[in-house]
Amino acid sequence: MSAAPTHRSLAAQRLLDSSRWGWHEYAFWLFAFALYFIFPSRLALLTEIITLGLLAMSIDLILGFAGIVTLGQGAFFGLGAYVAGLVAKAGMGTFPLSDPIIGLIIAAGVTGLLGFATSFLVLRGSDLTRLMVTLGVALILAEIINQMRWLTGGADGLQGIISSPVLGLFDFDLYNKTAFLYSMVVLFALFMLARRIVHSPFGLSIKAIKGNSLRARAIGVPVNPRLIAIYTLGASYAGIAGALLAQTSQSASPDMIAFHRSADALLILVFGGAGSLYGGVIGAVAFRLLQDLFSSGAPDVWLAALMNVLPSALNVAPVTAVLKVIFGLMGPKYWSLWLGLVLVLLVLYVRGGILGLLSNLVARFKRSSQKERL
Amino acid sequence: MSEAMNTPILETRDLCKRFGGLIATDHVSLKLYQGARHALIGPNGAGKTTFVNQLTGVLAPTSGTIHFAGQDITSWTLRQRAVAGIARTFQINQLFADLSPLQSVVLAIHEREDAGREWFHPLGTRSAIVDEAAHLLSDLGIADVMDERVGALPYGKQRLLEIAVAVAAKPKVLLLDEPAAGVPESEREQILDVVARLPSDVALILIEHDMHLVFRFAKTISVLVNGALLVDGTAEDIARDPRVKQVYLGEEEITYA
Repeated sequence: MSAAPTHRSLAAQRLLDSSRWGWHEYAFWLFAFALYFIFPSRLALLTEIITLGLLAMSIDLILGFAGIVTLGQGAFFGLGAYVAGLVAKAGMGTFPLSDPIIGLIIAAGVTGLLGFATSFLVLRGSDLTRLMVTLGVALILAEIINQMRWLTGGADGLQGIISSPVLGLFDFDLYNKTAFLYSMVVLFALFMLARRIVHSPFGLSIKAIKGNSLRARAIGVPVNPRLIAIYTLGASYAGIAGALLAQTSQSASPDMIAFHRSADALLILVFGGAGSLYGGVIGAVAFRLLQDLFSSGAPDVWLAALMNVLPSALNVAPVTAVLKVIFGLMGPKYWSLWLGLVLVLLVLYVRGGILGLLSNLVARFKRSSQKERL
Repeated sequence: MSEAMNTPILETRDLCKRFGGLIATDHVSLKLYQGARHALIGPNGAGKTTFVNQLTGVLAPTSGTIHFAGQDITSWTLRQRAVAGIARTFQINQLFADLSPLQSVVLAIHEREDAGREWFHPLGTRSAIVDEAAHLLSDLGIADVMDERVGALPYGKQRLLEIAVAVAAKPKVLLLDEPAAGVPESEREQILDVVARLPSDVALILIEHDMHLVFRFAKTISVLVNGALLVDGTAEDIARDPRVKQVYLGEEEITYA
């Protein structure tokens, strides 16, 4: 009879363990906020990465946890950007409409409504159907926004979006200090909410639906309502990401709702690793930093520096030619080439993207250190 | 006998299912009562699984009706029937490969308690549910692997989890579709034990090829041949029935244990 209580306390422990914070999570967020001091001159780029990471996180909720493939998350991102922009413009610098947090809430509401309305289209059908339906919705919305010139500015987009200070206290400054901290706090808050959700009974049922929707139905999970709920939530997350970008870059443009937004965000999530909530942010950092590096001209500087320190024995035509080709390929023109290569390699050889790679390495390290102890 | 005892918990009336020209279920009328221990047997291709799929709402019948505790449930969905108390296991494992056995069972209990939409409290905070899940898992002999990935479990353990997930719903009717299919001889006994220990007030329907298991478990038996009900009766009657012997001639010998 003593076995049963042991199993019970062990079971509770195991279930609670999965939602407990690990040290690497504390480290991640401490480092993320510390970037404010580490790269004070790159806050604009970091703010953009935050919005991209949040967009990828919204896909993680839908794809990584619920298993709904989507190529149309950019629709919600772009809509969120335009809604936030229009709300701020209508506010003309006065409370309540120009308040950025009010803007976020309205953008979340509007995109959530669109998500709810279109969720019924993704309930049925195969992965291919879902890809095409989400892509189709995004294309339609992009064209509507493009055509409603009187409201959206057409191809020019919305310029000069001015928000009032956050909470009436923190004004947006030239150095993007407020923009960064504001976006970071929003990202963290939304992450905490998502984390709670995926570790709840609701979150478990979402994972079960992804795993086997037939069995989920057979044990009484209301599959469609659950999918509608998570899809709507994911849409709101994407909308908030877009609204953040519009508020912090003070503009909303057709580029924010273009097809490549959806494709990039999906790619970023796969890059970082789906199903952990962190993959989107990590993928966004890797993606955007590499992209920035490639377009910065830094590789040319590296090449010049390398040529200077090259021993004269190696400073012969064949070697320098090879070096020139290698560094030449790191220019902005060849960005897609490398991106494609890395993507193919990651998907073929590493399950779970960068995070999968890391956890493989950790597991290998643990195994080898265990062997040493033996 | 009371009114409730007289109403079958599950009943089919003239149930038919056609796939084009093929008649997979041919006017099957069957009554099952609370606490039944009923086996559905028949040669390969007799339409046993098709019949179960109609009972649980995976497939819609072409004609005829299905009644649960006197209520016509023919048009109910799989989920509605599950919530009402009809659970099943699957002949081919239908599990959640990326979850643990503990999570799978906890999920089923949450849905039964209508707590599956709770999104704020972490799993494991409801001690009544955790206790029940742990109890069920140790009852079925899979407590030792409760935290492992279901997809990585040995086949025999997966078959036991198939039953655990269905039982967690505390059903009134439980359909076991070949629970021991593919399980090595050494582990069959464990599954037999589990089936024998299921709560006595649940109406159990077993679909099985293994006659040893059928006669050990069933009080009543229906024999399905080419989609139609060949014969229906107590286990002893069926064992002696010459028509049943005819059907199974050459397949396997029936021994009444």
